[in-house]
Amino acid sequence: MAVGLTLIFGVMRVVNFAHGDMMVWGMYLAFVLATRGGVDPYVAFPLCAMALFVLGVAVQRGLVDRIVDAPHEMQILLMLGVALVLENTALLAFGPEPARVRSRLVTEPLWLGPLFIDTPRLVTFVVAIVLTLALSMFLFRTELGRLIRAAADNPYGARVIGADVGRIYAAAFGIGAACVGAAGALVSPILPFQPPTGLSLSVTSFNIVIIGGMGSLLGAFIGGLLVSVAESLGAVFLRPSLKELFSFSLLIVILLFRPAGLFGKRAS
Amino acid sequence: MKVAAAGVAVAVLLALPAVLNAYALTVFVLIFFYAYLGQAWNIVGGYTGQLSVGHAAFVGVGGYTAAMLAASDWAITPWAGMFVGGALAAVLGGIIGYLGFRFGLRGFYFVLLTVAFAEVCRIVVSNVDALGGALGLYITFTGNPRQFQFQDQRAYYYVALALMLLATGVAALLERRRFGIYLTAIREDEAACEALGVPTFRYKMLAMLVSSFLTGLGGTFYAFYLFSLQPNTVFGIPLSVEIIIRPIIGGAGTLLGPILGSLILTPLGEVSRAYFGQSGLHGAHLVVYGVLLIAVVLFLPQGAYPALRQLFTRKRA
Repeated sequence: MAVGLTLIFGVMRVVNFAHGDMMVWGMYLAFVLATRGGVDPYVAFPLCAMALFVLGVAVQRGLVDRIVDAPHEMQILLMLGVALVLENTALLAFGPEPARVRSRLVTEPLWLGPLFIDTPRLVTFVVAIVLTLALSMFLFRTELGRLIRAAADNPYGARVIGADVGRIYAAAFGIGAACVGAAGALVSPILPFQPPTGLSLSVTSFNIVIIGGMGSLLGAFIGGLLVSVAESLGAVFLRPSLKELFSFSLLIVILLFRPAGLFGKRAS
Repeated sequence: MKVAAAGVAVAVLLALPAVLNAYALTVFVLIFFYAYLGQAWNIVGGYTGQLSVGHAAFVGVGGYTAAMLAASDWAITPWAGMFVGGALAAVLGGIIGYLGFRFGLRGFYFVLLTVAFAEVCRIVVSNVDALGGALGLYITFTGNPRQFQFQDQRAYYYVALALMLLATGVAALLERRRFGIYLTAIREDEAACEALGVPTFRYKMLAMLVSSFLTGLGGTFYAFYLFSLQPNTVFGIPLSVEIIIRPIIGGAGTLLGPILGSLILTPLGEVSRAYFGQSGLHGAHLVVYGVLLIAVVLFLPQGAYPALRQLFTRKRA
């Protein structure tokens, strides 16, 4: 599960403090659709993705675009503001109690001989892999995908060849948010969530992205794997509450010695 | 002129408790305390431009140290313990600063490093039973001034005011000396500074040490004002955000910015907490903070204080 989730996180290059909170909004959207409309979260995830796409484009167009040329610090602070607003409107709207969505489509655990497989986790994992593959196909095979990579690589050069960089950024941010929305809906049957979950999700995703390397698909995969293995080993051999210690220590070491991540290209 | 204005302001603040009711008094204690923490952060985050989002860790280290020393067999008074706490916080600040600056982490990477260190502290403390574990430490109320506890709210008011004035005094002193000018220069263009022969590493380290020491002192106040320390609150990211948001909205890297920011945000937060909290709606004040933060970044990137000053000088001219 963690790997599938983190794959999606890792592919997105925009690092922002609001990602976790956007994901929580995806979860609550799935929650509302399931409780009010009786829509199963595994059916609802495209809807959540679309809603978050709109939110992402709005944030990029309305806020981030205005300060693209400002120092990096200002963008971090801006996203911190967005995160505060998103997290606490969720708190106002849904209250502090943990919520959980029940899926009726997939509930039976699967038995493969002596192996027990939790089907909701399996489904989430498979859908996440399919989405990631689709995303990488999109990034490497389509015109818009190529433009996004070009703009991320060298915005000035992209502008020179006549690309509308503002529009490309909006699309990239929107797609990133949509992935997070889909991921939120997909894990909502597995993970009980509450508004403050967003913060820890953001922090975990930073861990994985930095450890694996920014903007590297393979790096994100390995990063997600490393983080989850380190945390599970920590939980087994020491105390479960100590497991996060390992991923944070790993993060500090990687930050110091390989700031571009294990598989990232060296930043110029 | 400036000195006279500052004198009048301090005199008013000294006389204020005579006319305030108990609730207003607590709000003022919080205004001063957060202005103090903001001012301490301002030295490294504002003047030097090294965005630390892990300052809660220093509050935690300072508070836990003083509380543990007071509860230990030696029963060291928090008045002395607070300096031990500040020193330990400065040690942690020194480690973070050394690693961050020596390895040249900038921008987002430095932010992540500070967050990671604060989170490591939080996890370690919540797993050490001697420090109270995840439940934290509770301090029994004795009302004994020797134990940093007072029956009278006004005593807390004056201690918090003194802390705020202390940090502002330190910042004012730095601002006038070469040290402060170097710090601002590092924020504006570090490479140019280095080329001119400014030992940037040493000055960034000094700024970090001063800032973390002061923040650690504040931890003692936090512990003995609230009578409890929980790892998730004193080491958590939300407290770090509370610390940085005031100087940024008031004006990072200015002397009065943190105070102005706290004067705006703290009463706003308290009022909306009291107003919405009654109807069971929590988090409203944080939505307000978030909106303000976005607005300041977009429209007043220098913060409220420089904008205000500009407004007044333009009127006079």
